[in-house]
Amino acid sequence: MSQHDDDANQDTATDALPEPEGAAEIIETDYEIGQDNITPKIGPFGLDIHNPVFAVSGLVVIAFVIITLAFQDTVGPALGEMRAYLTSTFDWFFLMAGNIFVLVCLGILISPLGKVRIGGADATPDYGYAGWFAMLFAAGMGIGLMFFGVLEPAYYFGTPWGDQPLMRDIGIVDGELVDPAAVEAARRTAMAATIYHWGLHPWAIYAVVALSLALFAYNKGLPLTVRSIFYPIFGERIWGWPGHIIDILAVFATLFGLATSLGFGAQQASAGIGYVFGIEGAAENVTFAVILIAVITALALISVLRGLDGGVKRLSELNMILAVILLSFVILVGPTLTLVTQFFGNLGAYVSEIAALSNPVGRDDDGYRQGWTAFYWAWWISWSPFVGMFIARVSRGRTVREFITCVLLIPTIVSAIWMTAFGGTAIHQIIESTTDSAVFGFVIDSYVPELSLFGMLSELPLAAITSVVGIVLVIVFFVTSSDSGSLVIDTITAGGKINAPVSQRIFWVIFEGLVAATLLIGGGLVALQAASVSTGLPFAVVLLLACYALIKGLMSEPR
Amino acid sequence: MYRKVIFPVDLTHIDQLTKALQTAIDLALHYKAEICFVGVTGTAPSPIAHTPQEFEAKLGAFAQEQGSAHGLTSSAKACTSPDPTIDTDKTLLAAIDALGGDLVVMQTHAPNVTDYIWAGHGDTIAAHSKASVFLVR
Repeated sequence: MSQHDDDANQDTATDALPEPEGAAEIIETDYEIGQDNITPKIGPFGLDIHNPVFAVSGLVVIAFVIITLAFQDTVGPALGEMRAYLTSTFDWFFLMAGNIFVLVCLGILISPLGKVRIGGADATPDYGYAGWFAMLFAAGMGIGLMFFGVLEPAYYFGTPWGDQPLMRDIGIVDGELVDPAAVEAARRTAMAATIYHWGLHPWAIYAVVALSLALFAYNKGLPLTVRSIFYPIFGERIWGWPGHIIDILAVFATLFGLATSLGFGAQQASAGIGYVFGIEGAAENVTFAVILIAVITALALISVLRGLDGGVKRLSELNMILAVILLSFVILVGPTLTLVTQFFGNLGAYVSEIAALSNPVGRDDDGYRQGWTAFYWAWWISWSPFVGMFIARVSRGRTVREFITCVLLIPTIVSAIWMTAFGGTAIHQIIESTTDSAVFGFVIDSYVPELSLFGMLSELPLAAITSVVGIVLVIVFFVTSSDSGSLVIDTITAGGKINAPVSQRIFWVIFEGLVAATLLIGGGLVALQAASVSTGLPFAVVLLLACYALIKGLMSEPR
Repeated sequence: MYRKVIFPVDLTHIDQLTKALQTAIDLALHYKAEICFVGVTGTAPSPIAHTPQEFEAKLGAFAQEQGSAHGLTSSAKACTSPDPTIDTDKTLLAAIDALGGDLVVMQTHAPNVTDYIWAGHGDTIAAHSKASVFLVR
């Protein structure tokens, strides 16, 4: 703007709130972003943190770790029971909530609301499709696909523990295959039940959170933090304690979700390394796992210091490439034709069984519905503030329709392809060599879930190479999770500021690694996982409110 | 000698920029150069602006105000970054290059122990920009 511009122009520029790239509906509030922030200086490190969210979340986490370590024998089982109680008593609620999220997303997709653009009508995307998509997967479920890709389909196919989906017959009883038609039926059910857990429902949960956060930050001008979603419901009160509590819960769920996954992940990776390289006792060796946590934390630290573009995005793309290579390898070397034909059959099975699988009431498959589905739903929901916020952060400039297509529909198809390749190959191996197959040994005969993937790979050619690729993928997925999780926690505890000093991110990355290592050494990972999954119930209620706020917010946007 | 002075400005700390700002204005007046104010903002709402457009407007107003107060040709360039904590330097360097600035004047903090671990914005710009850089403590 040159000095020759007339004064009238200047007045409009400073007085009236300008339109965010094209029309959008800014929410008028007296709250100024960062007004509750304090900027203490610790030595040479300046901080810019939300008071009290930063302090309370930090202290609650420390207190929780100390209590869990000190009273392991009582706290652990109590939390475990609480989780079991929640998933078995409120299973109907989780299933119903999941269905509502899917319907809300699909409804928005086909309605005129889909035309709204995140960031205002003329906003342009910050990331291209490849980078965006890679980041969605890396944050959302990359690590789960590695862990459950073989385990879950094989488990449903032959579970001897009576928790098969819809109480259908299993395909292998006492090591003997049942008749071919029943085997095929069991395989179909197993695949449909698996894709159900990795398809529309989890992604709908993420999409609701991500879309709400993106809308209220990029279009409405509220701080990029979880509480902003609830502005249409609570109004100005969200800047006080109701908002603090929502943000603290989000930090809590994210940090414990990450720390427990990091702990389990390190155990899985060390078990994998032990199996592949024939190191005796690697799986039980705590020192080994702690070293892995340190390595993952160090890598996450480097990635965090390189920022979104240089860190998470690059690693996510690397992971995407490795995952595609591994997937193509399994499809090409495994039973290729069978897998290709099965893929469409599996999608068909998913579509035809989804009503039965997602029905919240009047079912007798408690083991599956409560032990798997409700657990998964609680898990996805407790992770949703983290994944949702990260997805929101990288999705500016997309239209709502584009967003839902890419966060809901395409990931569902990708998950189905992945499950077909890994699970399909595993079930094929069980059918071909029954009790001699490694997958049968790790999933059905004895239950060693962390080795199921390596068991499947061991029966394909080049197992030494693919297993190493598998281990690298697991580790890098953890690095990206740890990195993006720290970004999210940092933003929430900085009151929605995304330009807080870098020392805060470093603090959260290291803190997370320390929590994971402490719990691994002292015990209590299972207890904390139970605690973080338990946050799924209050969050499910919160997310249902978010659906209302989201639709209300979208309706007020110009289309 | 100089035709375009670039002054990277952080609108949050505008009150602390007096010395550097005066230096930039004096140099621009001396060499009859134009002055361009460059700001980097995140894409998410910040204390300064709810949207990148609001940021741009504020920066433009600031540039105009400085220009007319000192009789200088002034302009403003607002840059956005999805992750300003890390990418501010990179974004500034690209902007300096694109705008064709030949002198950068910027505020920097007094050196301290953390500079050994990671450098301040001024240090990085001075180390990597092709333009002349004048750091004001």
